Amino acid sequence: MSSVTDSAPPKAAIPPADAPKRMLHFHVLRHDPQDPVSIPHFEVFELEEAPGMTLFIALNEIREKLDPSLAFDFVCRAGICGSCGMVVNGRPGLACRTLTQDLPAEISLAPLPAFELIADLSVNTGKWMRGMSERLETWVHSLGQEVDLARIEERMDPELADRIYELDRCIECGCCVAACGTARMREDFVGAVGLNKIARFALDPRDQRTDQDFYELVGNDDGVFGCMTLLGCHDVCPKQLPLQTQIAFLRRKMVKAGL
Amino acid sequence: MKGSTTNAPVSAARRLRRWPARLDFLQSATGLALGLFMWVHMFFVATILLGKDVMWTVARMFEGYFIFGRPVYGLVSALVATIATLFVVHAALALRKFPANYRQYRTYRDHIKEMKHEDTTLWYWQVVTGFALFFLASVHLYIMLTRPDRIGPFESADRVWSDLMWPLYLVLLFAVEFHGGVGLYRLALKWGWFAGDGHDAAGTRRKLRFFKWALTGFFLVLGLLTLAAYMKIGIDHAPFYGQHYVPGAAATTGVTP
Ligand code: HEM
Ligand code: SF4
Ligand code: SF4
Ligand code: FES
Repeated sequence: MSSVTDSAPPKAAIPPADAPKRMLHFHVLRHDPQDPVSIPHFEVFELEEAPGMTLFIALNEIREKLDPSLAFDFVCRAGICGSCGMVVNGRPGLACRTLTQDLPAEISLAPLPAFELIADLSVNTGKWMRGMSERLETWVHSLGQEVDLARIEERMDPELADRIYELDRCIECGCCVAACGTARMREDFVGAVGLNKIARFALDPRDQRTDQDFYELVGNDDGVFGCMTLLGCHDVCPKQLPLQTQIAFLRRKMVKAGL
Repeated sequence: MKGSTTNAPVSAARRLRRWPARLDFLQSATGLALGLFMWVHMFFVATILLGKDVMWTVARMFEGYFIFGRPVYGLVSALVATIATLFVVHAALALRKFPANYRQYRTYRDHIKEMKHEDTTLWYWQVVTGFALFFLASVHLYIMLTRPDRIGPFESADRVWSDLMWPLYLVLLFAVEFHGGVGLYRLALKWGWFAGDGHDAAGTRRKLRFFKWALTGFFLVLGLLTLAAYMKIGIDHAPFYGQHYVPGAAATTGVTP
């Protein structure tokens, strides 16, 4: 049985220095879709566990010492850029924020499903996110207002600014999409990441779109009404975004706008 | 104007686009009504555990016997017809959520296996039990609709035992309690009920999940005891199959000479 808050940030309990080291086995899904003879298969790499080892460190060690052809994505190594999402023992998560000490010795790594595979563990989340952003128009719409860069921005209530900032923490890693049974079944579903963005712009007083405008974007079965409240998204989001309450909030708002 | 809805005339296309909101609302509303009815219904049926006279009184009450001085079976049929309508509307709307083809079904199954995530898995069982209800609940509703005059301690027990309805009721009990329980739990999460200010969403969810399982357990036990009671009465009453119950007479076996 899964617990509700199983997306807690890694805790850095350092094991005693004389603790026996574990041998870890990484079962990595290998495939190159560009190569016509490549067939998807698991390849096993063995590494000795080091204190404080993350999957990021482990994968780099594999690439350095065992197989330079292994493909995976990283930029920030700190849970900020959102590039290192992958499926770790069945659950999507960020490789750079996952400590091996929290995992069993047998670790399976697979690319995030629902996104275009580049090779091995590398997927094109950027393309998907861009498509979603364009579809949902996830930017501030200040209709008919000239943007005057010299003018001082209007003041915002700090409490409201915090609420917007809270939702703006999304790093577009795609874990919520990969963890969503609806998104897996129905390719056009905008996912929790998309719904969260709409909830974010609906809060923002600088965005002049009305609920009716938002309804045009997510008031359908590919949008908020497609969500079946499975909450996989909420439980895997590495930034602990309040997706459960935000989607419920948006659903109430959109039903009101549509009835 | 932010956050307000406009009253300007809407185009035909826009009006069409309103349907997803209505359908989503209707699915939840019918689900809520059916789920609450399921629980209330169980309490009425279970009055047999308090004695045949109590159950007899409840059954007559629904027929307006104590108002009109005679049973008006149309009242029962009307209530059943209302539930049946809700049921059909709910099922039709729920069909939209079923996996549309084998690929989707397969993807979902694999997803469950990988994720090992309770709410994801529960949804699958909700669909399976919902599908079973298509058949099981339809049979039950049709009989209640057409034979409202045969509801009572002996009449119902005869149906359970001599008419061999108990196997169906047994499966129906598990299917409906599971489906309705998960459904009501999901409803609360879906619309953000009991979430307070939303700061302890995880805590609310944990509590809701606990209540869901506790209620499902409670109603399953109550349902099984109730079914057993009717079966026992049905076995005893089998030689007198078809005979109506007369309150107050022969409280032990209930067999009127
Ligand atoms: C033919 C019979 C039925 C079928 C096929 C069916 C199917 C479904 C499905 C697939 C869902 C999930 C929908 C979603 O996640 O949005 C659902 C939700 C639900 N069902 Fe049923 N159901 C049936 C009968 C019933 C009955 C008899 C009850 C009452 C006990 C019930 C209560 C609910 C509730 C409360 C929900 C939650 C509504 C929501 O999530 O919006 N259903 N049903
Ligand atoms: S909502 Fe969370 S899981 Fe989804 S893309 Fe944003 S940060 Fe990642
Ligand atoms: S709550 Fe909605 S968006 Fe999140 S995993 Fe479930 S269906 Fe997907
Ligand atoms: S490398 Fe940037 S989030 Fe992991």
